[in-house]
Amino acid sequence: MDHFPGTWGRPRNDVYGAYDPSYLQSTGPKTHTSSPAVTGTSVVGVVFNGGVAIATDNLASYGSLARFTDTKRLRVFGDQAVVGFGGDVSDMQYIDRLLESIDIRENYSSHGNTLNAKNLHTYLAKVFYKRRSEFNPLWNHVLVAGFDSDGKPFLSSADLLGTTFSAPHLATGFGAHLAVPILRRLFPEERPVEEIGQEEAVEALKQCMKVLFYRDARSTDKYSIAVITKDKIDLKEDEQLEKQSWAFAEKIKGYGRQTV
Amino acid sequence: MTSIGTGYDLSNSVFSPDGRNFQVEYAVKAVENGSTAIGIRCKDGVVLAVEKIISSKLLKPGANKRIATVDRHVGIVSAGLIPDGRHFVSRARDEASSWRSTYKGPIPTSALANRLGGYAQAYTLYSSVRPFGVTSIIAGWDSEAELPIDGQVGSGPKSGAGGKVQDAKAGGPGLYMVEPSGLYWGYYGAATGKGRQAAKAELEKLDLSSGKMSLMEGVKEAARIIYVAHEDSKDKDFELEMSWISSTDGPTKGRHEEVPREILEEAEKAARRALDDDEEEEADKPSGEQMEE
Repeated sequence: MDHFPGTWGRPRNDVYGAYDPSYLQSTGPKTHTSSPAVTGTSVVGVVFNGGVAIATDNLASYGSLARFTDTKRLRVFGDQAVVGFGGDVSDMQYIDRLLESIDIRENYSSHGNTLNAKNLHTYLAKVFYKRRSEFNPLWNHVLVAGFDSDGKPFLSSADLLGTTFSAPHLATGFGAHLAVPILRRLFPEERPVEEIGQEEAVEALKQCMKVLFYRDARSTDKYSIAVITKDKIDLKEDEQLEKQSWAFAEKIKGYGRQTV
Repeated sequence: MTSIGTGYDLSNSVFSPDGRNFQVEYAVKAVENGSTAIGIRCKDGVVLAVEKIISSKLLKPGANKRIATVDRHVGIVSAGLIPDGRHFVSRARDEASSWRSTYKGPIPTSALANRLGGYAQAYTLYSSVRPFGVTSIIAGWDSEAELPIDGQVGSGPKSGAGGKVQDAKAGGPGLYMVEPSGLYWGYYGAATGKGRQAAKAELEKLDLSSGKMSLMEGVKEAARIIYVAHEDSKDKDFELEMSWISSTDGPTKGRHEEVPREILEEAEKAARRALDDDEEEEADKPSGEQMEE
C-alpha cells in the first residue's frame, strides 16, 4: 500500500521515472507585468513660498546595472505642472503618452488647458488604482508638482496602488528614507511654508540629491530639477552634483575587503 | 443646369452619361453659400481667417468658434454646412491621434490632408451617404526643430548608428484645401465660401509664391481680405475669427492658436482703414470716365 496520497493515480516512478512537477505549473496568471524591469529611483519635491521645486536623477537602472544615464524623469504637463516619476521606466513612457494625449485634447477647447496639478494628481491616482485592481499595475511612484485651483502651490504623491499622500516636502523610493529626514530637519512642521524661499528649497533639493548619490547604489550624479512658479516652469535636465566629498566613506566599515 | 430632372442627380455614386456626379456638384453649391474662409501660407507660419455672419443678436460675441485645432500644430476652418465641418474636424483629430499612436510623433500636415482627402472622397462612392457639404482649409506647421518622440526618455546615442544627421532641413508651413469631391491641393493662399472670388483676386495680388511674406503681414492681409470679400453682403454684420501657427521660434512656438485679441483688433482696424481709403479713391476718380460712356 502506498501511504502517500500525493502520488496516488500518478504514473509509477519505477516504470516511468520520477514525476516532473513543473508540468503542474504550465497554466497560471501572467506575472511579468507585476514587477518592474528598468527602473528610476527617488523623486524629491519641496514646496516653497510661491511655488514648488522637484528633482530626480537621470538614471534608469536595469536591476543593479546603470543602464541609461540620460533619462528624463521629470515630465512637464501643460504650463503649470510637473510629474516626477520613480519606478518602471516603460510604464512612465506609457503614462507620458497618456498625459500627452490628454494635453492635446484639452487644447481643443479655445480656453486652452485648464487641468492643474491637483486635477492631474487625482487623475493619475485613479489610473494607478484601476490598474492595480486589474492585477496589472503601472509600477510607478510619482510626485505631482504645480498649483491647485486656488493658485496655491501643490505637491502630492501617488503610488502603484493608487495611494495618495500630500505634504510640503515629499520623496519617493529610497528618498523617502534618506531625503525626508533631511527635509524635516531643514523645514520643520512649525516653520510656515511662507518663510521658505525658492533658493533655499533648491539648495535643499541639491543637498538631498547629493546624499542620495552617496548612499543609494541605484543613483547617479547627473540630475534634473524643475522649479515651478506662477509665471513659468524652469526645467534643467542636465545638472551635475557639485562639491562632492567622499571622505566619510573611509570610515565605513563592514563591507568589501577590510581586515579591521 | 440642364441635367436636372434627368434622374442622374438623385443618387450619390451614380455618374451621369456625360461623366459627372451631380451630388458632389450640389455639395459644392452648399459650400458656395457658406461664410468666406481663407488661409495664407507665409514664410514663418500660416494664418486662417473666417467671416462669421452674425445670424442672431442672441449669440454671444466671440463664442461659437469656427476654426478648430487638430493635434497641436494644425488648424482647420470649413465653409459650408457647419455640422459637416465639425464631423470633418472630429475625423481629423482621430487621424492625428492614430498617427501619434503608430509613429509616436505629430502628423505632418501633408499626411493629414491626404487622409482627409481620402475620407471626403469615400463619401462620393456610396448611395447610402451624401458628400460633405464643406470645403475645408487645413493649415499646419511641421516642426523644423527636432521634436522628442512621444514617451522618449533619453537623447539616444550621441554618435554611431542611431546618431543624428547634422543640419538636416525639415518642416515648415503647410496649407491644403479639401473639396467635397475629395480633391485636395496644396496652396500658397486658399479661399472658399461666398466671397471666394473676391478673396482669391486679393490673394493673387500678394505674391505669396516668392515666400517673402511674414506671418505678421499675413495676419494683416488675411483680415483685410475678409473685409474686402464681405463688401458684397455689406448689409449683414460679421465677426472676424483668425488663428495662426508660427514657426517654433515664433509667437505660437509651432502651435495652432487664436490670434491674440490686440493683434486681431489692430489688423481689423487696418483692414477698415484700407477699405475706406479704397472708397475714397473710387470717389476721387475723375467722373469724366463715366460721362464719356
